[in-house]
Amino acid sequence: MKEIMTNYYINAKTARESGKKVAWITSGGPVEPLIAMDVIPVYPENHGAMIGASKMGVDLCEKAEEMGYSSDLCSYARADIACATVNGGPIGGLPEPDFLVCCNNICGTVLKWYEVVARYYDVPLFILDTPFVHGEFTDAAKKYVIRQINEYIEFLEHVCGKKIDSDRMEEVARLSVEAQRLWQRVLDSATHKPSPMTAFDAFFHLALIVTLRGTRETVDYYKALADEMDERIAAGISMVPNEKYRLIWDNLPIWYKTRWLSEKFASYDACLVADTYTAAWSGVLHLIDEGNFLETMAVAYSNVYINISLDMMIGTLEKMIEKYDADGLVMHSNRSCKPYSFGQYDLARMVSEKIGIPTLIIEADMVDERSFSQSQVETRIDAFMETLKGY
Amino acid sequence: MLTAGIDIGSITAKAAVIEDGHIKGTRVDFTGYNAKGAGKRVFDALLKDIGLAADEIEFIVATGYGRNSVDFADKSITEITCHAMGAHFIDPKVRFIIDVGGQDSKVIKIDGTGKVLDFAMNDKCAAGTGRFLEVMARALEVDLDRFADLCEKADKPSKISSTCTVFAESEIISLISRGEKRENIIAGLHDSVASRISAMARRVGVERPVMMTGGVAKNMGAVFALERKLECKISVSPYAQVNGAIGAAILASRK
Repeated sequence: MKEIMTNYYINAKTARESGKKVAWITSGGPVEPLIAMDVIPVYPENHGAMIGASKMGVDLCEKAEEMGYSSDLCSYARADIACATVNGGPIGGLPEPDFLVCCNNICGTVLKWYEVVARYYDVPLFILDTPFVHGEFTDAAKKYVIRQINEYIEFLEHVCGKKIDSDRMEEVARLSVEAQRLWQRVLDSATHKPSPMTAFDAFFHLALIVTLRGTRETVDYYKALADEMDERIAAGISMVPNEKYRLIWDNLPIWYKTRWLSEKFASYDACLVADTYTAAWSGVLHLIDEGNFLETMAVAYSNVYINISLDMMIGTLEKMIEKYDADGLVMHSNRSCKPYSFGQYDLARMVSEKIGIPTLIIEADMVDERSFSQSQVETRIDAFMETLKGY
Repeated sequence: MLTAGIDIGSITAKAAVIEDGHIKGTRVDFTGYNAKGAGKRVFDALLKDIGLAADEIEFIVATGYGRNSVDFADKSITEITCHAMGAHFIDPKVRFIIDVGGQDSKVIKIDGTGKVLDFAMNDKCAAGTGRFLEVMARALEVDLDRFADLCEKADKPSKISSTCTVFAESEIISLISRGEKRENIIAGLHDSVASRISAMARRVGVERPVMMTGGVAKNMGAVFALERKLECKISVSPYAQVNGAIGAAILASRK
């Protein structure tokens, strides 16, 4: 993984020399056409996660605040915008983009964020608008998104100065779907008791399905990983040594505290067996038809976990709790990510009423450590685990 | 069997000793800078009060924010679980506990055995806690113990709009300079604390009967304000401030 990601960033940073174009794209955006056009996709959000994991978030967030951005703004956006001006962070800043692709299926912040980036680098920006799915995805909405996918292809052909190769697009589509299936297989391995992996492992292995789906190396990587999980199950190896409690995580990871959290839960023999976040990159697989990839992709990208109503979210959550046979839910109320955190109290109540398992809510932020108070979080986790154990 | 509970809070350290389901004694001291020393100090002082030696105590449970610094304790359990057990011990009918301590406030829903069903705590903000009232008492130059009496004399409680302790303090100062009566400001402060806590209580879902514990429960002005907000009767534990320590001692006896 480290090797693939290092090569990926080296290639992206030397794209100019190798005559390739670089596009910045949102984490939930349709990357497949970029791969088919031989463009290197770069993810400011993945970069934000790296900044958070390397504990460089506070400095960069403060820098953004000095520039005039509100401390209420998403910490990925703040860290990334600040990073562009100082070429700081763990990899010395992202390679400059030739153009930008912004899909608002994950939030509304990306619209303004990408507009800022477009102005800063003076590059073209393509916006893919995916309407929020309140209940059903209407025909009108479907037509609207499909039409934009066609415009997206035209935009790519224009900025790249070449036509899209439909055979290549089909190949990329096939690889993307295969990678998503394999990613799901990796995640599914945690249904086994005891689980061969935890959500903290999923947070780590996630990078490729986000950044490089549609490539052969991603497929190979997840194939090997899924096989490894099967081997672990066959050998009776569990990630948490004496797994007693199975928990589901909701929202983005707290990148700078994953190790502490992982050890904390493990000390209670609790395994985070699944999470709504990493599952999002294969969660809409059932909506994709490989034979009609571009059109069905449009629908699939619109139906991701945080672009749907609470009623639909609870359906997904309920299935996940049943599938992984979870004893409790841990929700990260993420100060940065409003669309993900909004409604968590309602979801917690619904889970308690419908399934009867308890929820722990942790208030924090994915990158900005100033929003994390360890002793308060620790007391909440301790009390929650005491409740689960039934003192 | 003799067991003890030590509750190290942000402002005070509490200790309780239980013998076969009966309270032998309790004690409250200030925590001060050294949480570790405070636990030992309050425990030793209590043992002296009730004429017992440390080796007569069979099991000790520590709780509160400083729970992990009490090195002579046999086990540490969070204040959520301990408060639930303490309130259940004082009154087994209680189903909902509102605990307002020095730096945090929490609401706990329990079942008929004292087991925690759900809980919520304040986060990253001291508004709605004992410390909030302490800071305001200083600004008003009134002893905190007089808050309840003065509050009764209020004719028109002031509106305290700020949700932040530091900003609320400057709000109080401007109210004072405008000539607002102390009694009204104090009543307004109690209302402000009550609204924050009632929002948290509603989130968990209030079950009756409700009991209030923690140092702030000694202030009847705050208790009445909460009763009005939640539209229900709230009993105050006679052992409000040492409730967590009592719960810890009870849990210690079950080990």
